[in-house]
Amino acid sequence: MTDTIVIAEIAKGTIHATTSELVTAAAAMGSAPIVIVPCTDASIADAAASIQGASKVIAAKSDAFAHYDAAGWASALDAIAPAGTILTAATPQSKDLAARLAARRNLSVVQDVVAINGNQLTSPVYSGKAMQTVALSGPAVVSVRANVFDAAPSGGASEVAVVDTTGNMATAVQEFMARASQRLDVAEANIIISGGRGMGSPDNFVHLEAIADTIGAAVGASRAAVDTWEGIPHSMQVGQTGKTVNPNLYIAVGISGAIQHLAGMRSSKYIVAINKDADAPIFQHADYGIVGTWEDALPVLQSTLSSMMA
Amino acid sequence: MSNIVVLVKQVPDTNAKIVVSGDRVDLSAVKKVMSPYDEFAVETALKHREANGGEVTALTLGGAGADKVLKDAKAIGVDHIVRIDTEDEHDSNALQSALATVLTEIGAEVVYCGKSAADTGAGSTGPGIAERLGWASVSNVISVAFENGLTVVAPSEGGNARISVPLPAVVSCDKGDMKVRKPNVKGIMQAKKAKVEVKTVAMQGSTVSVVAHSMPPAKPAGKSYEGGAAAAEVARLLRDEANVI
Ligand SMILES: Cc1cc2nc3c(=O)[nH]c(=O)nc-3n(C[C@H](O)[C@H](O)[C@H](O)COP(=O)(O)OP(=O)(O)OC[C@H]3O[C@@H](n4cnc5c(N)ncnc54)[C@H](O)[C@@H]3O)c2cc1C
Ligand SMILES: Nc1ncnc2c1ncn2[C@@H]1O[C@H](COP(=O)(O)O)[C@@H](O)[C@H]1O
Repeated sequence: MTDTIVIAEIAKGTIHATTSELVTAAAAMGSAPIVIVPCTDASIADAAASIQGASKVIAAKSDAFAHYDAAGWASALDAIAPAGTILTAATPQSKDLAARLAARRNLSVVQDVVAINGNQLTSPVYSGKAMQTVALSGPAVVSVRANVFDAAPSGGASEVAVVDTTGNMATAVQEFMARASQRLDVAEANIIISGGRGMGSPDNFVHLEAIADTIGAAVGASRAAVDTWEGIPHSMQVGQTGKTVNPNLYIAVGISGAIQHLAGMRSSKYIVAINKDADAPIFQHADYGIVGTWEDALPVLQSTLSSMMA
Repeated sequence: MSNIVVLVKQVPDTNAKIVVSGDRVDLSAVKKVMSPYDEFAVETALKHREANGGEVTALTLGGAGADKVLKDAKAIGVDHIVRIDTEDEHDSNALQSALATVLTEIGAEVVYCGKSAADTGAGSTGPGIAERLGWASVSNVISVAFENGLTVVAPSEGGNARISVPLPAVVSCDKGDMKVRKPNVKGIMQAKKAKVEVKTVAMQGSTVSVVAHSMPPAKPAGKSYEGGAAAAEVARLLRDEANVI
């Protein structure tokens, strides 16, 4: 039997919680995975040792992992990973890596998996308007969406092997341009609060930002908001021609719920909608719908969340 | 002077309703269009030609119906249009291998594609063909400057990074702040007359095959409240029932 390999998801220099979900997904494919941690400092891999269900942990140590470069990362990981099916998170960067790693091994890649049944994998297609189930007849590289599989519990004690590796970097970062705010990007966040044209003015996004800062959320927007208001950049746009997000919680404020917006967020675990129009399509997808204006709802939401977080 | 290639794919119109009949999507009644991000790839390819000279080839892999998107690309201003002829479903390995083979034949020096296709949503093709060709690649690019090879901007944790990309390279394009040009009458006339160069490539077998399509699982009806004051109750439920706060 060939191995199953999980590439740990790294965020802010540490192992992201999604990695434990990947271990559960690997188990659903039939085996206890080897977890490979791309790092420049092997000590970060220790956190993976306690994930139950991993067969072992490899700290893949290389200067190549200081900055993301698809060619460099794929070559450095390829040099270490045994043959077998490889699982990564379905973040934009890890999907890119998954595709490159697959091509390097002349394998196919299956992205955005949300269900696993032995060798059958299901992903959303047509912007989530349908699901596609494929069967694997050999090893592949598979990216798995966050917040779908339960996290494998901690309490394990795998050995951590440190292995040096090198990657052939093809590109070079010249300059890093940090976002003006410390707030997360919608593609990185586990909670998102988004505003649409119903916010009336870009100035009113401060109410969304205040809530975002209270609960550690990112602020997103509909295309109508991005197209109408200069102050709302395309990087905030969620949807068909914006970002596809899969957070634990998505709060849509003054957003009608057009099919192209839904395309980017319908697979969120929980959806809250605040809209003054009871017939807005967004309500058909909401776990919690509030028919009312944001002017009425947001101050209440803000003060309740603030006292809960205090 | 650069030999520039842009990959364009035909997909169902993103406004279209998708129906599953039996256990496959039925696209027979659906209008087909160029995948939205490929429009940004075409625009970037044309900008590259304007900056450095050269010629742009639009390349697609698909059946004869896909000629339509090549003609659309021609109307916007590409020089050559090429289709790899196949009607069948292929996995990413077979698809990318065929594209890489033809890119080598064409002598491509730089390839632009969409960050993801509207049907697959995958984002696999750009990085996959780059690896097969041994080229650099950057995905989700929001702006490109055509100097010293390329200098691109792409999202990076906590912000954006400006990245030097030596050629040859594959760049997958996001929207950024780009406006795409529209075809003019002359372009449309030229596109009508243009001939698609059709190539056949021996396709590799697939190890990933589609078993079934299905509709997304219906969501159980949610809880609905009247009036903004209910936000307090919803916040409480988010903590105590949904456990997401
Ligand atoms: C090819 C293509 C790609 C697209 N891509 C995207 C995409 O990526 N993302 C995207 O979002 N859209 C996209 N769209 C656009 C999409 O079709 C919709 O036009 C857009 O999502 C509408 O944005 P909205 O809901 O903010 O605005 P509207 O549809 O104008 O809705 C505003 C909502 O706010 C509510 N409202 C008004 N005032 C208040 C108030 N005081 N309090 C509470 N609620 C209020 C209204 O009842 C209404 O439901 C795309 C369209 C096309 C054709
Ligand atoms: N069959 C195809 N023919 C031409 N280009 C394609 C094809 N499939 C994918 N591409 C290109 O690769 C991009 C990403 O596709 P995907 O990897 O399927 O998300 C698309 O936006 C196209 O630019």
